[in-house]
Amino acid sequence: MRVATLNIGFVPLVDAAPVIVAQEMGFAAAEGLDLRLHAAPSWASARDALSFGQVDAAHMLSPVPVAMALGLAGGGAGLEAVSVLSANGTVVGVSERIADRMRGAGHPFDFTDATTAGRALIAATDGPLRIGVPFPFSMHAELVYYWLSALGLPSPQSLIVRTVPPSLMPDAIGAGEIDAFCVGEPWGSKVVESGVGHLLLPGAAIWAFAPEKVLATRQGWAEAEPERSARLIRAVWRAGQWLDTVDGRSLAADLMARSAYLGIAPELIERALSGRLTIGHAGEVRTVHRFIGFHDGAVSLPWRSQAAWIGSRIAARTGLDRAHAIQAAAAVFRSDIHRAALTQAGVDLPPASARIEGALQRDTVVTSQRGPQMTLVRDAFFDGGTFDPGFL
Amino acid sequence: MEFALNVIPSGGASGERMGLELMVAPLSIVVVEPDPDRARLIIDALRDDTNYEIHVVADRASLARRIVQIEPDLVLVDLADPSRDIIEELTLASGPLERPVALFVDRTDTGLSTAAIEAGLSAYVVDGLTQARVKPVLDAAIARFRLMQRMRAELAETKRALEDRKVIDRAKGLLMRARGITEDEAYSLLRKTAMDQGRRLPEVAAALVTAADLLG
Repeated sequence: MRVATLNIGFVPLVDAAPVIVAQEMGFAAAEGLDLRLHAAPSWASARDALSFGQVDAAHMLSPVPVAMALGLAGGGAGLEAVSVLSANGTVVGVSERIADRMRGAGHPFDFTDATTAGRALIAATDGPLRIGVPFPFSMHAELVYYWLSALGLPSPQSLIVRTVPPSLMPDAIGAGEIDAFCVGEPWGSKVVESGVGHLLLPGAAIWAFAPEKVLATRQGWAEAEPERSARLIRAVWRAGQWLDTVDGRSLAADLMARSAYLGIAPELIERALSGRLTIGHAGEVRTVHRFIGFHDGAVSLPWRSQAAWIGSRIAARTGLDRAHAIQAAAAVFRSDIHRAALTQAGVDLPPASARIEGALQRDTVVTSQRGPQMTLVRDAFFDGGTFDPGFL
Repeated sequence: MEFALNVIPSGGASGERMGLELMVAPLSIVVVEPDPDRARLIIDALRDDTNYEIHVVADRASLARRIVQIEPDLVLVDLADPSRDIIEELTLASGPLERPVALFVDRTDTGLSTAAIEAGLSAYVVDGLTQARVKPVLDAAIARFRLMQRMRAELAETKRALEDRKVIDRAKGLLMRARGITEDEAYSLLRKTAMDQGRRLPEVAAALVTAADLLG
């Protein structure tokens, strides 16, 4: 098999692990691929590099391909998601000032209950609540809007969601430009280490199975390059499988700490991978089951219904036609391409590619595509809401 | 930390240029650059004979707020700077500003630059901050901005003309039916009324249509 070189963009975050591990642990080589990894300084530049053909695939925020399909961002070729790289892995945090008020009002910082945490946050805010998220089209923004509007905080008068790049989050919270934030690791832990903020919730407490990052490609690339794209999907899938093992979790932190990737202390990366997070500078530790998922419960499958949820949320906020947005969104989550690539390798997947999002209140055993039983993990929203994409 | 620098139109002193210069407001540019030396380089590269008002924003935590306050025509930011995503939010169609963005790049990145400029998103200044490189791309970005502005203005004008025509046609129809006159007579009557009252013809027509709608 001739080795093919693929250029892959990523933003230095813990959830870039599958593409980094695919290259570093030999999963790419096993598929005859050599991945050249390019760190991008911002999401817009990662998106443009992919859209304008400088890289073949990229680690990308799951709502970006959807927003582009809705004509809301970017000027180059549209993108599509051929795999989901991770579920969850984000944190919500607040400034020290808000944390003090919340503590004063008796909030326990249990790092679990999104309803009480959200109510306590709203009560501790005077004036509009300013929340920093990494990008206008991000799962961070979607989770924040979903969470706080479900608790009765109407936007935009009382909720200002503002773009703050992850690396600038500690500065922004320290300077009082924002009251709270939702960000991917290791940047939440960085805020804690800087002593300017306190963690309030894991993103998973808002939606237990939120598709966080995807493996994105230019529209049409996967079909034009069926062999290479299938190999890439499989290499990244194997990396995700390894990352959800005990060994993977402990080894990946050292690997990703290297300067070519995250360039920070492995100890900070380990917090997210182990699910043991230090939530305040006094050193309080909270353990979160499935803080971030790379594999278990069919993480990698880009469910059409996940895209539809994202599309319907963005449409509602930007005044677009909901039915059209759902259709356009579902079309860019390529469960068909993902399924074809993995089926060739004998990998088993759920039989469907769309479902009612939020319906699984607990891990549930289902019959898989090939017949045996497989487990789908809990995907509940904090308020018990469900989303029917309308095309099941 | 922030400082603003007004680049006074140096060519503005010569009489024949004055008239033109007065018509055009100085182009307001925000330069996002925490490093004072680099900021100085950029300012020097821009300070030519052109009418610019340059604001350097060094503190990126307050960037969004500052840009909304300054309302610049252009924002210059290093391509390698993470605050590009902040600018991205501000330049979204639904955002508070509708501005082109020019981005500095320190290395040759020709493929992306050309593609991005063609897409009309933004201008990528390639290969360092030399004046020879910065000026043409900046000029291109400004030209595109002015063109977009003119196209938007023309589009608005065309739309208004179409709406005017529609309302005048309706008013003529009302007059023809009510007074049993021809189309030309109806138009003359509307025009005369407008002249007598010192109002625009479409205004008179709109008033008539509104009145007719109210009366039933």
